[in-house]
Amino acid sequence: MKQSRFWAWVVFGVGAAYFLVPLIATFEFSLRMRRGYYSFDSYASVFADPKFQATFTYSAVIGLLSIIVGILIVVPAVYFVRLRMAWLRPYVEFLTLLPLIIPAIILVYGYIRLYNSSSIIPFTGSATGTDILLTFAYVTLALPYMYRAVDTGMRTIDVQTLTEAAQIAGANTPQIIARIILPNILVAVLSGAFLTFAIVIGEFTIASLLNRPAFGPYLQNIGANRAYEPAALAIISFIITWGAMSMINLLSRFAPPHFCPDGLTHGPLP
Amino acid sequence: MAPFLNVENLTKSFGSNAVVKGVSFGFNKGEFVSLLGPSGCGKTTILRMIAGFESPTSGSITVDGHDITHLKPNQRQLGMVFQAYALFPNLNVGDNIAFGLKIAGMPADQRRARVEEMLKLIGLPGFEKRYPYEMSGGQQQRVALARAIAPRPRMLLLDEPLSALDAKIRVSLREEIRAIQLDLGITTIFVTHDQEEALSISDRVVVMNAGNIDQLGAPHEIYNKPATRFVATFVGHLNTIEATVVSASSHQVDIDGQVVTLPSLPGGAATNAPISLTLRPEVLSVGERAGADIMLTGTVSDVTFLGSVIRLRVALGKNIISLDTFNDQRTAPPARGDAITVSLASKDLLILN
Repeated sequence: MKQSRFWAWVVFGVGAAYFLVPLIATFEFSLRMRRGYYSFDSYASVFADPKFQATFTYSAVIGLLSIIVGILIVVPAVYFVRLRMAWLRPYVEFLTLLPLIIPAIILVYGYIRLYNSSSIIPFTGSATGTDILLTFAYVTLALPYMYRAVDTGMRTIDVQTLTEAAQIAGANTPQIIARIILPNILVAVLSGAFLTFAIVIGEFTIASLLNRPAFGPYLQNIGANRAYEPAALAIISFIITWGAMSMINLLSRFAPPHFCPDGLTHGPLP
Repeated sequence: MAPFLNVENLTKSFGSNAVVKGVSFGFNKGEFVSLLGPSGCGKTTILRMIAGFESPTSGSITVDGHDITHLKPNQRQLGMVFQAYALFPNLNVGDNIAFGLKIAGMPADQRRARVEEMLKLIGLPGFEKRYPYEMSGGQQQRVALARAIAPRPRMLLLDEPLSALDAKIRVSLREEIRAIQLDLGITTIFVTHDQEEALSISDRVVVMNAGNIDQLGAPHEIYNKPATRFVATFVGHLNTIEATVVSASSHQVDIDGQVVTLPSLPGGAATNAPISLTLRPEVLSVGERAGADIMLTGTVSDVTFLGSVIRLRVALGKNIISLDTFNDQRTAPPARGDAITVSLASKDLLILN
């Protein structure tokens, strides 16, 4: 028993070192901007750069829009697949996996070809149009995560019975989704939202090829031209991403009492 | 007077499987009617078609003279209680009860008053801030009932609402449901597979079998005068005695070597032909009794003590019948192997189709 625990700790230690050592090394390097001293000069330099603020704000706004559009598309889709079109589920699952298989560069070339300024729908003809295209591209990119998060959330509630109970009380479909389904899967939806945000904030390929002032291309540009700032930006990106992940954990503690498919309501899981 | 709920030639098929086969019935306003039958007989499907969750393959449903066959569930103004409670987990008790009222656009102060009224009605005043997971199954189902009746629906549908509860709560809650129904005078359809539940609280019972209605009547009619063998066997206990006609003209039959005379024989029964006689356990008495004109002797094969009642199984020969006798504390109950005489009135024999 003791031996098996020892080897478990060894494996854990090796795994942790694999992730932590480069991180610590990057952090240590980011502090060496001032010769002979450790300082946060590289971080000060990054935060003082107006391009940092502009690109980060731009990506954050696009990220929020992607989350809203993603929720509006995915929640009703999962709801109807679970409620009325169970036979469609394997196809939808396959469809939502495609963004993991098709590289972002293929996706963006497809978009440019379909929606260029001389096409019927010239999204790339204006900055706003390109922003819309970028938002939809991110919705597609985050689809595997958003779909799975929402689908898992919906599995914890008895969608059919709750729907019928709301219907017989006079509610229509939008009211059922907004007042009953969404609040009961809110934590799952927020998980999907934070994953979407984490993807959007560091995404480079699509933003770069659509020539948008996003945070990803800014990171790449800094990385190519500066010495210490890229390390500081890597740590900042890491903190943002892990902050989003921690929010998922934190929110799950405030999950509303859930409804199990056995038909009985239960309190929050320990 | 036209019935309040009228169902005409209702059928429902899932692919080639016909679940409901052209049933028709009419219920009066304020009636409490149970749809009773085994699993898969179509009772829940009928309820779901009335609620609007399933579309009939053919037939029509009218409530208070209005055809609701093709209306959406949220347009039917019906209330429903589900087996799995189906309380909204994200809403507290008050908000659950007020859900339908809010959807209907009732002002907040009126909603609050109605919620309080409903909580009093179900015996849970002061529970409005609790969440479903903080309540027992019986309490949750009471809240589900309050939620269903709060918007003053035209009819109340109960889909096996007691099935998920333990035995003691089932009995008390069914009595509460009946009391509330009588108090409000709301037309109610209650789906159950439990004959005791159906018989104890209904004005009328619909006994369903394989998508058809076998009998519709008052509980005592269903029990005392079952229309079919299925109704007789499904509702209550039933003894079946295999006998042989000794003389068709004098109505004599042989039951395991004992010849008895019956008031009549089933149509077409000829001398030496086998016939089946059926009778309820409670029409049999141990020993002789006034009014009994048939006496049979046998051996006690089993004794089941049920508290106030003792159920005996008596072997007449090949035929084994069961009968109930009151537990008389002054005398010891019969024991296995005892010789016993049982008596019955021939008019109590059921001759079934």
